[in-house]
Amino acid sequence: MIRLVLGVAVVGGAAAVPLVADNYLLRLGTMLAMYAVLAQSWNIIGGYAGYPSFATAAFFGLGAYAGALLQGAGAPMPLAWAFACVVAAAFAALLGSAILHLKGHYFAIASLVVAEVLLEITTSWTSLTGGGMGLNLPILRIPVDAQARLFYWSMLALAVASFVMAWLVARGRIGFALRCIKQNEDAAAMVGIDTTFTKVVAFVLSALFVGGAGAMYASWVFYIEPPDVYAVLTSVKPIVMTLLGGAGTLFGPIIGAVLFLIMEETVWRTFLSVHAAVLGLIIVALIFFLPHGVLGLVKRRRPAAPTAGHGSAGQEPANRGGGA
Amino acid sequence: MSTLQLTGVTRRFGGLTAVDDVTMTIEPGEIVGLIGPNGAGKTTIVNLVTGVFKPSTGTIRFDGRRIDGRKPHQISRLGVARTYQVVQPFPDMTVLENVMAPATFAARAPGVQAARTAAMECLEFVGLAPSQGLLASELTLAGRKRLELAKSLAMHPKVLLLDEVNAGLNPAEIDTALELIRAISARGVTIVIIEHLMKVVLSLCSRILVLHHGALIAEGSPQAITRDERVIRAYLGDRYADRTTAAGGANGHG
Ligand SMILES: Nc1ncnc2c1ncn2[C@@H]1O[C@H](COP(=O)(O)OP(=O)(O)O)[C@@H](O)[C@H]1O
Ligand SMILES: [Mg+2]
Repeated sequence: MIRLVLGVAVVGGAAAVPLVADNYLLRLGTMLAMYAVLAQSWNIIGGYAGYPSFATAAFFGLGAYAGALLQGAGAPMPLAWAFACVVAAAFAALLGSAILHLKGHYFAIASLVVAEVLLEITTSWTSLTGGGMGLNLPILRIPVDAQARLFYWSMLALAVASFVMAWLVARGRIGFALRCIKQNEDAAAMVGIDTTFTKVVAFVLSALFVGGAGAMYASWVFYIEPPDVYAVLTSVKPIVMTLLGGAGTLFGPIIGAVLFLIMEETVWRTFLSVHAAVLGLIIVALIFFLPHGVLGLVKRRRPAAPTAGHGSAGQEPANRGGGA
Repeated sequence: MSTLQLTGVTRRFGGLTAVDDVTMTIEPGEIVGLIGPNGAGKTTIVNLVTGVFKPSTGTIRFDGRRIDGRKPHQISRLGVARTYQVVQPFPDMTVLENVMAPATFAARAPGVQAARTAAMECLEFVGLAPSQGLLASELTLAGRKRLELAKSLAMHPKVLLLDEVNAGLNPAEIDTALELIRAISARGVTIVIIEHLMKVVLSLCSRILVLHHGALIAEGSPQAITRDERVIRAYLGDRYADRTTAAGGANGHG
């Protein structure tokens, strides 16, 4: 109950930000919400299931183009966004069925290649996508301030939706199944988990709102081109954020998104040219020095509970590693 | 109806025939020993029955139903449980959570609370209840073997395949494990036990199957098996067998 009140207060506070913030801050807020969507989504396949997916950019770009094309055909913006979610999710179901039997590096590389392939297809399919020239979206006929607020609130709503999804996953059977798969996939199958199906569901969930975020991004910036929406960095950033905050936790991705955005806005502006290399170094450093993210530093291991009996049975599986 | 029925089951890995035309049946409520030298194909049979591998040829039935070709999670949900020769815990989960997993997924407990209650019962049964809050990786080897047992029990199995559950345990721990296995059997669970220690097999099993180079070479009561010439050859080498034969100690057995 307290947590619910707290959650409502935080979301309400975030929703009230446009009352006090200028457009620069609103832009940052929109970016933050978008990052939170990407990180929260990646956390499901990467954090809970332990499959290092680099497919975020593919889902994002696919969503951006799906939404842009539908809007270009005259559909209202919310419909285009919802359509983009569905397209990304359907694509993830197919892709997941094809590559989720791969493990570790093999899966990572296969998922990385997908965005490249989509980029090539999008670039060469000029008649549909405008190719390398990019695609213009319909201009919104409302004042600039109103636009800034609209996209901020929309992206915030998507971030809240991602959080609720992650919460449902974390506390549900599927989250438990994913943690089993992450720790020992063979044993997971042996205790009755349909590992293939569970992984595909996780992959679909990790794509759903990323597709929506891509479409929202397209509507927001009015113009998209393949290298922009299929950028490798779009796959890498959510990984860094999630590892930074704490993979496989509910709040890790959000904390990571905040920290990442702060760093991006302050430090890295000066390093724009070495951006990718810096990110690579950070990933390596994170894996070596901060394997459980910032949350791992805060959250000390609970004392071993060597007490017998049902009453003292302690924590639910859903709560462990759930940041709760 | 037999609990398990393997008919002409062969499994090849490349050029190697790990299991060679094995036909065997396990009846409800039995404790059957499956023995044979290292590399005889015992673990492969467990992997075939539990769906980890598909037979190259042959059929496997459980309670009359064909199960060869089904996936491990489907077979485990039917009530076929196994323990691993090399223990396979979920290392970063607590002991309790480890056992809640099969209760949740294989036995389909209706909720978290039901899964926990079922898991606690299994932990108490194997004597691990005091360690419920430890991480699985913190258990001793004996503890992890018992965790394997508790996990397989939480699946509400009809048949339990125990793959060298006693390997690496000291004599006192083995005695405890034997008691446990008897108690599990007393609950009506059919048990196939793979063992190296003859003492264990002889004291537990009503029937023993002997595997050598993937093929079933003998089958019978513990007394008959210990006198079977081919078994003695397989285990102790030809010279020993010849000597005992010469002394009139061995007896062919079909
Ligand atoms: N996955 C596999 N791939 C290739 N060969 C295997 C595989 N599993 C088992 N084998 C081979 O099959 C034979 C039987 O192995 P196994 O069933 O583990 O024997 P046991 O459990 O009786 O010691 C061995 O020669 C082993 O090397
Ligand atoms: Mg073996």
